[in-house]
Amino acid sequence: MVCRKGVESIDILLTLLYLFIFPGFIFLFAFSLFTEYLDRKIYARMQRRVGPPFLQPFADLVKLSAKEDVVPENAERFMFTAAPIIGLAAIFAAFLYLPIVSSTGLHSFNGDLIVVLYLLTIPTLAMFLGGWYSGNVFGQKGGMRVASLLFSYEIPFFLTLLTPALIEGSWKMADIVTFEITHPLVFIISFLGFVIGLIALQGKLERLPFDIPEAETEIVAGPLVEYSGRRLALFRLARDAEMVVGAGLLAVVFLAGPEPIVHLEPVYLSWIVGALVFLAKTLFVIFLLILIKSAVARIRTDQMISFAYKWLIPLTLVQIFIAIIVRFLGGI
Amino acid sequence: MGIVKLPIGPQHPALKEPENFTITLDGERVIDVDIRIGYTHRGIEKLMESRTYTQNLYLVERICGICSYAHVENFTQNVEEILGLQIPKRAEYIRTLFLELERLHSHFLWLGVAGHEIGFDTLFMYTWQDREVVQDLLEMISGNRVNYAMNAIGGVRRDVSEEHRKKVLEGMDYLEKRTEYYKEVAINEKTILARAENVGILKPKVALKLAAVGPTARASGIMVDIRKDDPYASYPDIPFDVITTNTNDVLGRVVVRVLEVFESIKIIRYLMGHLPDGEIITKAPRKVPEGESISHTEAPRGEDFHYLRSNGTEKPERYKVRTPTLANLPAVAEMLKETYLADVPIIVAAIDPCMGCMDRVLLLKKGKEKPGELIDGERLRRYGIKWYAERGWKA
Repeated sequence: MVCRKGVESIDILLTLLYLFIFPGFIFLFAFSLFTEYLDRKIYARMQRRVGPPFLQPFADLVKLSAKEDVVPENAERFMFTAAPIIGLAAIFAAFLYLPIVSSTGLHSFNGDLIVVLYLLTIPTLAMFLGGWYSGNVFGQKGGMRVASLLFSYEIPFFLTLLTPALIEGSWKMADIVTFEITHPLVFIISFLGFVIGLIALQGKLERLPFDIPEAETEIVAGPLVEYSGRRLALFRLARDAEMVVGAGLLAVVFLAGPEPIVHLEPVYLSWIVGALVFLAKTLFVIFLLILIKSAVARIRTDQMISFAYKWLIPLTLVQIFIAIIVRFLGGI
Repeated sequence: MGIVKLPIGPQHPALKEPENFTITLDGERVIDVDIRIGYTHRGIEKLMESRTYTQNLYLVERICGICSYAHVENFTQNVEEILGLQIPKRAEYIRTLFLELERLHSHFLWLGVAGHEIGFDTLFMYTWQDREVVQDLLEMISGNRVNYAMNAIGGVRRDVSEEHRKKVLEGMDYLEKRTEYYKEVAINEKTILARAENVGILKPKVALKLAAVGPTARASGIMVDIRKDDPYASYPDIPFDVITTNTNDVLGRVVVRVLEVFESIKIIRYLMGHLPDGEIITKAPRKVPEGESISHTEAPRGEDFHYLRSNGTEKPERYKVRTPTLANLPAVAEMLKETYLADVPIIVAAIDPCMGCMDRVLLLKKGKEKPGELIDGERLRRYGIKWYAERGWKA
């Protein structure tokens, strides 16, 4: 009895460790800020600028948090405050399901892929609500743009992330990563899906060329125009974390996440190796996102919608068709 | 959301200077545009009447931060015409060199701004870095980056040495290579094409009717260039082409400006190859006899027009400036019709607006509002004190 109790308390400790420190909240927090640094630095270097110092994103966050708390007179106080919190919470929750240290996340079950996809949609809605309830015409215009663009990237993003699941026959990310590492042919078959996923993720993160909702030269900052201080800090953190989780999701589904796992003793050594592999793949995806950002101009709302419906979605259907044929022929 | 009025300006990231474009939107489509100007009136014309001609040289330069030299050139041409001065050939060549260097840096600057307006910040950073090459050349010769203080009445104040000549030619080689690259980017980059093609249409007939000037008019296929139409400085000696396109859209304006950069490089090479020897300045009297004169030059943005009336003293009696931006604004209102909100910044930017240079005294007369009136300084002061007192503020 005594012995079992000890094991249980270690389990609880480990779970808490996983939840709050690594690879949970604190790690995600630090890694998000690091990716923001990378994003700004690499973008700057590509434009022949110097770029920010290493701790700049953290300094920005601290500075914003210390600012005066302002809610505009026309804004709906409750929703205005709730929007960034809901967005950030959804992202942090989604992160826990990603297989980071081993092929299973904190809690792996059949259908966790769908849960993560669902949770990743919430920040967009939070953005819309935040803009809408800010009571500013620029914010509302930005909110409308967020909402009207939602489907043009969300549909291809959902569909393309389901292709490896179709090939493998499971909605469970743990199964997908182990299947992919044992059948490397999947990488080639789902390459088109990976490219579509990248483009759709760029739209989801509202980055160039799809940063239409917060186009600076058109509607100032879109939904964020009235946000300042703590709330803006939360929104920015949510944006950074969304980039990490989105890129991580692509790394898991198309690049086999933390696999190949090296089994080492004690177990936390193999966790660290797994996490490093995962991070390398995530950073690779983020690097591709930055490349896209620095090579294009912003397109218009109508152009983005027609691009999504004329190119992205049909291509996604082609990818799904390929996946179904592969499955019909008896798999790989 | 229905029909919304969106105030672009007076403070807005798309505008570098305060002006107001109130845009009526139905969804993303622009229904109506209301342009309001006059936020940056500085009273330069009035100020000029209280300064001597030599002092005015430096004041008139400050009308614009980008095309400062075009204004000085106009001013000196006006004064020299009334004085009947013939300036040395070498001074004319050096003035033309500055006019063209200014066009180069202005066009590079504009290309960057246009990139920024459509969210292409990489292009913005690249062109602005290359613009530094021109700025360095200007600084090397004149000692200043923006307001060169190069002209004097009767010539120029600094000479171009052999070493300067070499450096300028080196700079031109570098810029030519870079411009080739920008030409490739502007003509082939998919997202730029998507944003610039068939956007901000200005038909040739309309452009003529609204009296558009400079690259805006030339992109609508209108052959208008003061350098050719009414040559000044040493332009009669120089072979060069006037660039026009007939696409009538923002892409056309990009192409015109990029190709004009090549022409400017050509002109500068010619100038550096044929620089005549001799004096750079002749002596001019302090007092200018009674007379009237107009002068116009092709500034980077289009025709820059100046009028001078002198009365035999050391100071001008009246000076009037009409900058190209003011001439192009009616065309902007036309171009903004039936577009998308997303196109508004690039369309406004496509005329290369310089609001600060443009604003002169305005009398607003609209609807039931009372027409404005002119009041003198003392009355304005009393009005201000009363206005603040009524609101309980201490002056």
